[in-house]
Amino acid sequence: MSLSATTAPPSPAAPPSPDVPSRLRRGRLLNRLDVKYSPYLYIAPFFVIFGAFGLYPMVRTAWMSLHDWDMIGDHSFIGFDNYTRLASDEYFWNALVNTFGIFALSTIPQLLLALFLANLLNRTFLRAKTFFRMAIFMPNVVSVAAVAIVFGMLFQREFGLFNWLLSFVGVDAVDWDGHRWSSWMAISSMVNWRWTGYNTLILLAGMQAIPKDLYEAAAIDGASPWRQFWQITLPMLKPTFIFVVILSTIGGMQLFTEPLLFGNGNIIGGNQREFQTLAMYMYEMGIVNLNTAGYGAAVAWAIFMIIVVVSLFNFLLVRRSAK
Amino acid sequence: MISASQRLWRTSPLTYVALLLAALLSIYPFYYMMVIGSRSLDSINDVPPPLTPGGAFGDNFGRVLDNDAANFLTGMMNSIIVSSVVTLSVVLTGSLAGFAFAKLRFKGSNALLLAIIVTMMIPTQMGLIPLWGMMQDLGWYDTLYAVTVPFLVSAFGVFMMRQYASQAISDELIEAGRVDGASTFRIYWSIVLPALRPAAGVLGLLTFMETWNSFLWPYAILTPENPTLQVSLSFLSYAYYTDYSQVFAATAIGTIPLVLVFLLFGRQIIGGIMEGAVKS
Repeated sequence: MSLSATTAPPSPAAPPSPDVPSRLRRGRLLNRLDVKYSPYLYIAPFFVIFGAFGLYPMVRTAWMSLHDWDMIGDHSFIGFDNYTRLASDEYFWNALVNTFGIFALSTIPQLLLALFLANLLNRTFLRAKTFFRMAIFMPNVVSVAAVAIVFGMLFQREFGLFNWLLSFVGVDAVDWDGHRWSSWMAISSMVNWRWTGYNTLILLAGMQAIPKDLYEAAAIDGASPWRQFWQITLPMLKPTFIFVVILSTIGGMQLFTEPLLFGNGNIIGGNQREFQTLAMYMYEMGIVNLNTAGYGAAVAWAIFMIIVVVSLFNFLLVRRSAK
Repeated sequence: MISASQRLWRTSPLTYVALLLAALLSIYPFYYMMVIGSRSLDSINDVPPPLTPGGAFGDNFGRVLDNDAANFLTGMMNSIIVSSVVTLSVVLTGSLAGFAFAKLRFKGSNALLLAIIVTMMIPTQMGLIPLWGMMQDLGWYDTLYAVTVPFLVSAFGVFMMRQYASQAISDELIEAGRVDGASTFRIYWSIVLPALRPAAGVLGLLTFMETWNSFLWPYAILTPENPTLQVSLSFLSYAYYTDYSQVFAATAIGTIPLVLVFLLFGRQIIGGIMEGAVKS
């Protein structure tokens, strides 16, 4: 039933009879204004603040990217020059490769592990459910900065825990931040540690939304639990999985804090840019070097386009393969 | 038949082994933070690495407080102020707008709600560079305004409140308020807001944690003299990367409040996250 129909006067055009006290009339008018227009007032704060500090900067990023723009000086329109320069910028491609490498090393094992853990947590007669859920989710509570500091120590060359453990299997101390692959692995491990639990819970929520009678019917037909997992759980989980993959993509393409702190605040990510990500490159071009802000803005738009393309690609991939 | 399906999904000891291992790996870095944070500096070079806490936490944290380069206490205060203001605002504006979208009828409401949902998908780093310039123009560089004002509203907050309000509040309740002559805002304040309390609590917890932990933007717009806690931690770790016990004591102090919040309200937080996942 419509609210306005019941509360607003039935015929707005009819003038109030002269003997209605004016106070009451004014009250009724206010009431009508209230019902009709106050909703806009309630949603206005979001649109005002988001418009000013969310939407406007984004549009401005696009505008800046078409300029040779010095943040504290002049700017001149140069069309798409920043983008053509981007295409032949080896540091940009380097950052792109690093970002994808770390993204693959963090997303793929992480989602597989999350799927595995969610399936375990989905057992009907599991004890200490809340304990396991909370323990697995706890890493997500810690700030990225804290995670990077703790893992930086674990990956320390001389007395870090990982090199100590590796020494038992006869591996020489690894200089984790000195090589491309090792730094990627160290950084991915931070991402994996912080996000596996989160994704586990999301996938678990998706699994619990699958009707139980599907499994009962399959069990009657003699399907093994493994087969049930492949034929019921995975296909039914597809929407949730797509959601998780897209979320990971948006986060993975914007990776910034872990590699920054892993390299002790060095914005180029290692001596030879071994682990500089796209977001770090954007920061280097736009914020550290204020006179190339226009170019930094072009990097920002490139990141956005990459997120859109990778999300779409992953979306199609998951939709097809989980059939 | 039930017994057959029960047998199939019976939990084996291996399940518990795997889950315990995962729980252990999840919790260990917290423990490690305490171990290193409570050890004296010279014991950190030990081989094997120290595996149990020591007694030097107070001493280490004392060094953090004496450290002029980190401004740790300023960072802590700034983080408390910013996180509280942002949380309060996100809950209030979110519940107000969520209520409007769920229970009030106005032209364009569907399109506007869709616009809000779309903004949830936008990567936040996109506007970083111009936003930095805007803060300069506003004179907000290195002030708490810069890290507070842009985050006073949240699309996720509006959406979450809208979802909860549409199922938790009956239209009859609101009409009863109207019949009693209550204004729309009065209805929000005395009927809707109390009914939204459970969801508002979860939204508040999530917002507080997110704000407390945010890094990139505060790092870009604040200086080491006036940092948030996370920014202070990062500068501490750059400058004193050899003094692990000091850095870890600071990191532990910065993490403990959130862990406590999580231990108290973890069930609600997890419930909120899992519900949100199924709906969206």
